[in-house]
Amino acid sequence: MSLINNINKAFDHRIRLGIMSILMVNEYADFNMLKELLEVTDGNLASHTKALEKVDYIIIEKQFIGRKPNTRYSASKSGRLAFKKHIEALEQIIKKSE
Amino acid sequence: MSNEDYLKDISEIKNLMNKSSRFISLSGLSGILAGIYALIGGAVAYWLVNNHSYGTLLLDGWVFRTCLLILSLVAILSIITGILLTTKKAKKNGEKIWDISSKRLIINFLIPLVTGGIYLLIILSQQKYGQAGALMLIFYGLALVNASKYSLGYIRYLGYTEIVLGLFAAFLPGYGFWFWVVGFGVMHIIYGIYMHFYYDKKKP
Repeated sequence: MSLINNINKAFDHRIRLGIMSILMVNEYADFNMLKELLEVTDGNLASHTKALEKVDYIIIEKQFIGRKPNTRYSASKSGRLAFKKHIEALEQIIKKSE
Repeated sequence: MSNEDYLKDISEIKNLMNKSSRFISLSGLSGILAGIYALIGGAVAYWLVNNHSYGTLLLDGWVFRTCLLILSLVAILSIITGILLTTKKAKKNGEKIWDISSKRLIINFLIPLVTGGIYLLIILSQQKYGQAGALMLIFYGLALVNASKYSLGYIRYLGYTEIVLGLFAAFLPGYGFWFWVVGFGVMHIIYGIYMHFYYDKKKP
């Protein structure tokens, strides 16, 4: 069952998987962009981004645009690597079962 | 998790990657209409030059000014049609018309296009109008190739086609008009029809 071991627990949720997918192809994304794309509530999104930050998969940058606070998210190097491994594991599982 | 869940994960990943980085609601129909406007504009200009200007184009004559007016009309009508039909399609797809992906698309499309436009105006003001058709084709082609990274990848091929036509037009300046008609008229219609049936009709 080594294949299942490669499945990353951090990505074992639709929203966390979604956040990583978006950050893989974008240099960065702000809170509203993630919210619109994933169709989730503020609190829900915040808790999932926090979970990903805790394992150092994403980088959170707080800044101001004019007077408005703006939070920018980007994928870290280790996050990108972990995500790639996760995708490879998914592919392997699907291939094995065919 | 079952295999179906994993497959669903993968399709969800793909979908989000596309949705967040590409603006995909471009309308094929607006391409077809832009091509038709260009053909009509080209036909009117051709008729004017042959019947009122003895087949040659004098730079300060009214025929030349009318031709420039026709050209701007074709461009403006194409842009308006494009915006209207794309907005409609974006609404249908549940895609925002003015979000990060469409902004990125427009900026990357405009950089080569505006450069070419300014260059064209400089060239025209220096009375070197022989390369005008070629320049329009080349810079429009480059704009399309640049924009294709942020939209339907298919636009890239229209861009390549326009660049090649533009280079031929530069090589054969006497036929610039015909290359322009093929590039902006015929090619828009052909690619527009393909896009219409391939993307607009098919449910993604």
